[in-house]
Amino acid sequence: MKSRIFVTLKNGVLDPQGKAIHHAIEGLGFSGVHDVRAGRLIEIEHEPGLSKADLESMCTKLLANMVIENFEIEQA
Amino acid sequence: MMRAAVIQFPGSNCDRDMAVAIRDITGADTSLVWHRESALPSGLDFIAIPGGFSYGDYLRSGAMAARSPVMQAVIAAAGRGVPVLGVCNGFQILTEAGLLPGALMRNAGIRFVCRKVGLTVENNQSMFTSGYAAGEKIHIPVAHHDGNFFADDATLDRLEGEGRVAFRYAEPVNGSARNIAGVLNDKGNVLGMMPHPERMIEAIQGGSDGRRLFEGLIREIA
Repeated sequence: MKSRIFVTLKNGVLDPQGKAIHHAIEGLGFSGVHDVRAGRLIEIEHEPGLSKADLESMCTKLLANMVIENFEIEQA
Repeated sequence: MMRAAVIQFPGSNCDRDMAVAIRDITGADTSLVWHRESALPSGLDFIAIPGGFSYGDYLRSGAMAARSPVMQAVIAAAGRGVPVLGVCNGFQILTEAGLLPGALMRNAGIRFVCRKVGLTVENNQSMFTSGYAAGEKIHIPVAHHDGNFFADDATLDRLEGEGRVAFRYAEPVNGSARNIAGVLNDKGNVLGMMPHPERMIEAIQGGSDGRRLFEGLIREIA
């Protein structure tokens, strides 16, 4: 079984990498892009019995830094 | 004799500079402790977490190192009041380990910053800063990609109100909230800072403003 964990910066936390990507997109000639925020996708292969609570615990203990990031878990 | 330990992670690269600075300035019996150790040498008076790129900065700078076995022992020692200094990657590790508030994010200008910067000593009452005058301007080099200190406004207000901002950049360097360069924990025995005092301990390095951090610390410990 596979779960996908999306780690994103909290609202209000400045994202210099997202800003640089935004500039690069505009440099390629694309217009109409208002904002870009970069995050991280972590895919975890695991036993079907692994609970959502365990996945959440992995997120809060390691995969996300709760000072600056949020996470969302998508179970396949 | 004072006893000190410098923690080594895979990817640490300021560990030996730190050990030399501590030995030369304080005369402490200084050991290097590998991250897989679950216990620290007994009777330690001081622990330093050095700079570098532990675990290649995988996941987030300092994130993997903060969960390594030796950090459990460092957290316990800090809880007993042992002074802990984290420099650069060491500062990132201490925030990731929860010993210091906030987080260190990518520099606001994206670029790696490697140069000597001016710092203001905001609090000279701590065990790490007693060698300086309050408000003194000193010069110490930085070398980092992720030195942009972030905390929410309530946390920043609390840090300022409690005198826990040890050093502030004299001018913007990396986008740090309120130009914060170094912070103390609530008990004042843990200091994290992005600038490298161990790289500025004698004239041949271009200055010795980092030296007084170690000199002040040994006077406080003695």
